[in-house]
Amino acid sequence: MAEHYSSFERGGRRWLFQRLTAVFLIGVLAFHFMLLHFVNHAADITFAGTQARMGQWSYFATMWLFLVTATFHGVNGVYNALINQGISGSQKTAVKYVLVVAGLLLVAQGTRVALAMNGLI
Amino acid sequence: MSQSYNRGTVEDFGRWREFSAGMWAWIFHKFTGWVLVGYLFTHIAVLSTSLGGAELYTNTLQGLEALLVVRFLEVGLLAVAVFHILNGIRLLMVDLGVGLEAQDKSFYASLVLTGAIVVASIPTFLGGPLA
Repeated sequence: MAEHYSSFERGGRRWLFQRLTAVFLIGVLAFHFMLLHFVNHAADITFAGTQARMGQWSYFATMWLFLVTATFHGVNGVYNALINQGISGSQKTAVKYVLVVAGLLLVAQGTRVALAMNGLI
Repeated sequence: MSQSYNRGTVEDFGRWREFSAGMWAWIFHKFTGWVLVGYLFTHIAVLSTSLGGAELYTNTLQGLEALLVVRFLEVGLLAVAVFHILNGIRLLMVDLGVGLEAQDKSFYASLVLTGAIVVASIPTFLGGPLA
């Protein structure tokens, strides 16, 4: 197809979730940059300030969803980029499992970090 | 039915001089995506200092922010994130079939707007005390 360069097989579940997470991430990534670079200067960040923000459940939930959706979007994007490069067969299966494990570990570690910032652990 | 053109595959990067705007958009989106996913893992690693206590977290973040090279890297990260967001909106529009005839112009608009936002943000990113 000439005018449409998508990395994904259109209409598939991974294609759909990549778009749905994109819509959420567009807003929340812009919010994250605004809050932590413009409203609060990055150089002034302290644990107390982070804890105050993460102590609000709405902010905590938004940041945790940010972690999960960004991880999915990133890992799914990498998987598709590698498929575009032509990986197939056992190589593709190995890449898939490495990325799934990496993604799960990142979400697990990110959750621990979020709980530490919230003061729960 | 729209007319189709055979421009070859974008993976064949040796032909870069022949690439059209849409192909460059695809490459830039891929590149910025790789940077962002790499940064995501790095970001969680740095924030993991919160597990070692308040002092370690605050000192690590403020220590990093005191380095000029980190400030410049953050400007680079902003450029990458803004382009990925703007081109991502463009891709969603393309997927919805909105403005297909202007997809090349919207790519150039993404680039120009990214440049403008990044330049306007430089004073904020480089301001504040350094080591």
